[in-house]
Amino acid sequence: MSKVHVSTIINDDTVEFLCESEQTLLDVLRDDLRLTGSKEGCASGDCGACSVIMDGRLVCACLLLAAEAEGSTIETIEGMANGSDLHPLQQQFLDHAALQCGVCTPGFLIAAKALLDRNPDPTETEVRYWLAGNLCRCTGYDKIVRAVLDTAAETRN
Amino acid sequence: MGERPEFRGVAGEALRHDSALKHTTGEALYVDDIFEPAGTLYLAPGTADVTCGCILRMDLAAVREAPGVVSVLTAADVPGNNDVSPTGCGDDPLLAKSELHFHRQPVFAVIARSYQEARSAARLGKIDVAPSDPILTIDQALKAGTFVSEQRQMGRGDWQTALEDAPHHAKGTAWSGGQDHFYLEGQVSLAVPAEDGGVHIYCSTQHPSEVQHATATVLGLTDRSVTVEVRRMGGGFGGKETQAAQWAALAALAAVKTGQAVKCRLDRDDDMLMTGKRHEFKGDWHVGFDDEGRIMAADIHLASRCGFSRDLSDPVNDRAMLHADNAYFYPAVRIRSDRCRTHTVSNTAFRGFGGPQGMLVAEQMIQAIAHQVGKDPLDVRKINFYGRGTRDLTPYHMQVEDFILDDLVEELEVTSRYRQRRQEIGEYNLSSPIVRRGLALTPVKFGISFTNTIFNQAGALLHVYKDGSIQLNHGGTEMGQGLFIKVAQVVAQELQVDIDQIQITATHTGKVPNTSATAASSGSDLNGMAAMNAARTIRRRLTAFASNHYGVPETEIAFYSGRIQIGARKVSFSDLVMEAYLNRVQLSATGFYRTPKIHWDPITATGRPFYYFAYGAAVTEVAIDLLTGENRVIAVDILHDVGRSLNPAVDKGQIEGGFIQGMGWLTTEELWWDTSGRLKTHAPSTYKIPTCSDRPEHFRIRIFEAGKNPEATIYRSKAVGEPPLMLALSVHQAIVDAISSVNAYRDLPHLPAPATPEAILNAVDALRERKAA
Repeated sequence: MSKVHVSTIINDDTVEFLCESEQTLLDVLRDDLRLTGSKEGCASGDCGACSVIMDGRLVCACLLLAAEAEGSTIETIEGMANGSDLHPLQQQFLDHAALQCGVCTPGFLIAAKALLDRNPDPTETEVRYWLAGNLCRCTGYDKIVRAVLDTAAETRN
Repeated sequence: MGERPEFRGVAGEALRHDSALKHTTGEALYVDDIFEPAGTLYLAPGTADVTCGCILRMDLAAVREAPGVVSVLTAADVPGNNDVSPTGCGDDPLLAKSELHFHRQPVFAVIARSYQEARSAARLGKIDVAPSDPILTIDQALKAGTFVSEQRQMGRGDWQTALEDAPHHAKGTAWSGGQDHFYLEGQVSLAVPAEDGGVHIYCSTQHPSEVQHATATVLGLTDRSVTVEVRRMGGGFGGKETQAAQWAALAALAAVKTGQAVKCRLDRDDDMLMTGKRHEFKGDWHVGFDDEGRIMAADIHLASRCGFSRDLSDPVNDRAMLHADNAYFYPAVRIRSDRCRTHTVSNTAFRGFGGPQGMLVAEQMIQAIAHQVGKDPLDVRKINFYGRGTRDLTPYHMQVEDFILDDLVEELEVTSRYRQRRQEIGEYNLSSPIVRRGLALTPVKFGISFTNTIFNQAGALLHVYKDGSIQLNHGGTEMGQGLFIKVAQVVAQELQVDIDQIQITATHTGKVPNTSATAASSGSDLNGMAAMNAARTIRRRLTAFASNHYGVPETEIAFYSGRIQIGARKVSFSDLVMEAYLNRVQLSATGFYRTPKIHWDPITATGRPFYYFAYGAAVTEVAIDLLTGENRVIAVDILHDVGRSLNPAVDKGQIEGGFIQGMGWLTTEELWWDTSGRLKTHAPSTYKIPTCSDRPEHFRIRIFEAGKNPEATIYRSKAVGEPPLMLALSVHQAIVDAISSVNAYRDLPHLPAPATPEAILNAVDALRERKAA
């Protein structure tokens, strides 16, 4: 079968790629575009390690076909910092030590950004339930929740 | 001289994880993220859809002909030993040859041009098996008499007479389920062919030396031909101690056979189906006690589901026996342990390593005694605590010399308002017909050291370059626990250099050989000391050189804050290093450490297996719904002893994460096999680890300020990896307490772990039936 041509904007760059029709967006990001910050944790949309933002919406890149990304705008962890200037969420995750092994961290940051993009003033409960689609096996989530709430407070001020 | 440059990184500072910045930007490379050599091939394991039986015939023609397939491996392709057993006992085949021992045991391996092609082709194997009846449960194995090794026994005193003489008795059975590690990064290895028939493996493992040895054994080579490199893992939790070897050896075999790099990365379902987990345990107990609730004698029989092979089941079960006392003195005791062989995946190390399952028995006994004598369980706990100078002998004849739980528990009892909350919860439950609350305080006393004394050794390699920068290497592996930054802090402390001057490097069997697993919470204890010894060697050489070179006595030379004071002269570390280089002083050193004082005889079950104990306690409050069995952990207060912390930020992270992981084991994480031996919970869709929404609303973690290791560990710190997991026993006890309110605390429910909503509802119903009867 012939490959599919896809045009996208990824992290503010125009990106065109050819993919197999059955390739997932995650496979293309990781294997072809070398954006390996998004991880495969389960390949079934249950762990959130592959979270990316597509046209403003939080999605699991493992559940999307790469061909479905045609014409869309995608944000991955690699585009979150502005050069060496970290996004406030990244800084708060560092300050709170809200990470251990780090595999879930990019997914949490992207999911948290998607939350704050649409709701700059979430309650603790909203944060906890919004992030319930992202699994972390090392931390107890406590510092992650605090980091997100502190980012929201800091950004509002 | 200008201002002294900012100097940071010595031991005790709350520095962030060494890779924290890279974690947040996505730049940290895990094995699957490393640039693959051109032409890298992919390997997928192939299995039969049968639990156990004899393999009659294998038809792999369709596999070989599938698109992208380069080669197919079976047991016949193994040039060396077809075994990856950590004990070398030959019961863990790389690929099953004639017999199948569990559902989804690998029989062949496909090597293909892409990951998807390998996985697709792996499904096309036709394997004829003459199936046999599987033995799946502990009870079935006990009845059939199938074990992976001999029964072990430990004890002290005339337990039989003491039990008979006791005025009060209680009996029960503590059930605890297994647990999948669910490291976010699954098993993965990338093997690259090396010179002279050897291979280099990038592997996600806690035990590089064992992966090296297992691979060499499979390839028919000696250890020198295999190197293993581990920069970081995406979680381990014990699941990458022995369980990484099979996938690494398969990738290596494929690499040697094809002459190309080969990656083996297990998909999540395969990982959950094909790799070992925490042992399921059954603990029958019988305890005799006096009117006050003081234990007089205990008789405990542990049995565990080990799966089809020995793996680490002996030390895991030993550790369960060694923790069946938790923090309590048994004047007379017998503990027996049966290691059941079943037709399930071979169970393995998991944080706590049998300790949690042993402690569950002790805590259930305490709860039952308290209920019978009508006391708060906390009061019964306290009168049964080990004493200081008296009542201090464990069932394995080791004296407890460092017991601090009296003080620690006293402090937590006050700061958590335990007594007031007990009162409040009693009142709440009287007026709440559906939602009930429960409270429990449980202590932890956890023995630190590998019980196999041999493993308590470590090595480090320190290079100081002539510009003053430093490379640090040691045998420990980084799995997120913060070991690398802690060990780097030790070197910064010893050489009084800024932490940023030290380059942390990947664990590599070519740099430090014969390493022990990063396990048993011992990573910083062992590798921290080895690195300290290496750094002290460097410091001694520099001191001797400076003394000679500048004509100053060694007593007048001191390293502090990035400077070296040499008599009246101050020099920077890098200037002194350059001067030393120009004068031909060796600037590279190895360090070695072996834990003192310990010895252990597993056959007689006596000795001093542990260098010291780590302590902690937790108060947990839960709420359960009597109509649905739904449960929530509402509030948690933890006070934990880490000695003098090497890094409080890292240690607090371990405490928080360990507790939540233990909470998952005891509440939501249910491994469920069907009656034919197929694991049905093999993905996060059906196997539920705690999520963000399960985080307790009140979650307060404090480090025990008075903590100091009386033993001469690295700067008097204590190990912290495993002990906090067992703090979660308070969750299970609190749920039992909440259920017990159903009939006004007249009866204790029988509640197995995990306390799923189903298990809670069953327990509630059983109590109600008793109430009605």
